[in-house]
Amino acid sequence: MALEVIEVSGFATIQDSGRTGWRRFGVPASGPMDAFAFRAANALAGNTPDEAVIEIGLGDVTFRALHDCIVAVAGVGYALSIYIWDFPLWSSYYVRAGWTIRLNKLDSCMWAYLAISGGVQTQPMLGSRSTYLRGHFGGRDGRQLQVDDVLKSGNPSRSLNELAARTLPAEALPAYSDNPTVDVIMGPQEKYFINESIATFMSQEYTVSNTSDRMGYRLDGAALRHRGKAELISEGITMGAIQIPSNGQPIVMMADCPTTGGYPKIGTVASADLPLFAQCVPNKSKIRFRETTVAKAQNKYRALMDGLDKIVESD
Amino acid sequence: MKPRIVPLGDSSVLVQFGDEIDLTINQCVHALANLIANSLFNGVIETVPAYTTLLVHYDPLMLSFTQLKDHLRAQIPQIEEIRSQKPRLVEVPVIYGGELGPDLEFVASHCDLRVEDVIRIHSEKIYTVYMMGFTPGFPYMGKLDDAIIMPRLETPRTRVPAGTVAIACSQTGIYSIESPGGWQLIGWTPLKLFDPASESPFLFSPGDEVKFIVEK
Repeated sequence: MALEVIEVSGFATIQDSGRTGWRRFGVPASGPMDAFAFRAANALAGNTPDEAVIEIGLGDVTFRALHDCIVAVAGVGYALSIYIWDFPLWSSYYVRAGWTIRLNKLDSCMWAYLAISGGVQTQPMLGSRSTYLRGHFGGRDGRQLQVDDVLKSGNPSRSLNELAARTLPAEALPAYSDNPTVDVIMGPQEKYFINESIATFMSQEYTVSNTSDRMGYRLDGAALRHRGKAELISEGITMGAIQIPSNGQPIVMMADCPTTGGYPKIGTVASADLPLFAQCVPNKSKIRFRETTVAKAQNKYRALMDGLDKIVESD
Repeated sequence: MKPRIVPLGDSSVLVQFGDEIDLTINQCVHALANLIANSLFNGVIETVPAYTTLLVHYDPLMLSFTQLKDHLRAQIPQIEEIRSQKPRLVEVPVIYGGELGPDLEFVASHCDLRVEDVIRIHSEKIYTVYMMGFTPGFPYMGKLDDAIIMPRLETPRTRVPAGTVAIACSQTGIYSIESPGGWQLIGWTPLKLFDPASESPFLFSPGDEVKFIVEK
């Protein structure tokens, strides 16, 4: 089975669960910006959690199915139409050969994930199909999708009829919002900042700057002040880590972030809230941060991911 | 040496061995990385060694912070034994100066040395790959002899070819792919540092020893 890209004004890349095992050599993990929507799209399509899907942001994309197949679309900020019908996201659909699948960008939120039953099959690089744009490898030739790209898929896990019309109920979704409150685990370098700045970070609104990308989201808002120097000896970093360079404007590391960094980190966004944060719209969404603990954050993440078991199969 | 173990978010922990760039501290980092790699502890995804720290990425659906911390603590007594094992030595042929080492003469005049002295001083020492990063396969190696310590460029170049050997502060490195770069460029090696399609994609591993061989 296969999908052909017939129109693309947005930013679409192939992503699987990420390129792990190579970060010690300096290779970023990549993978989805919104890991929950990514996992949901795969689960709805009957795929294993790590299969490659199409991540779509910033604009519209239209595909044509070259064979009968099942697609599932999850995420926020997009409207979906298949053939002549409009359909909600967070569901799987039976698509006939020749039908189009359109994803149109709405004003709110950022990213949607289109999974095809059997997963998108491209040549894995370093064990992963995730696209790493700056490294020019992974996914489709290390680049964004273009018109005329044909994306082949593997074998579905079950018959197409069994995989169609599956839905993840709204109560299983994270609290997506234009103005989210995002949990943060403090440290390891919160002592690098004056107390007033910690209080500022936890009480003021921030917006995502429009110079943000898959590597990092820069935040606009009250600048934070370091007690002393704004540099440390480089050390490993991770998605969600909030680095504060000398200008005091936070940068939150995202999916394509480097493996190491040399700015002090005031804290790290909790895994359960990374999807909410990733879906924030530059210059629009107003974000507030709230302190949490590792134990609470891990419980919240487990509960969120357990929600993927709530998929409803229609008769 | 008793390291501190602190969380970085809810899916990685940072093991801190010290707060200065020092060979013994860095050897402890690589020793713990090896111990973890060999322990096959369920839920640990991978580790990232750096100068003074080891970052351990894990899956919070399989492992809690306290479970991982206990596992890491149990490895610590073995660090000293692993640390004393001899690392692998990688020899790197280098053509110094010329078009692909455009800053060599500037480095010599800045350090008040002859070009031959800079080449001799840079190539006679055995370096350690303290960490890798910046771009896939880029080795941060140290420490340089004090005689050739150089500041970074004021304006980084937008394009440095893969294989370019460079120095900055007390470190030396090799650009692994074509990328922007702010270090002083003193030579070039024909060796490929990163090839994503290869079965062994990286020339170096963190903790390796490196010796530059002067090519005429």
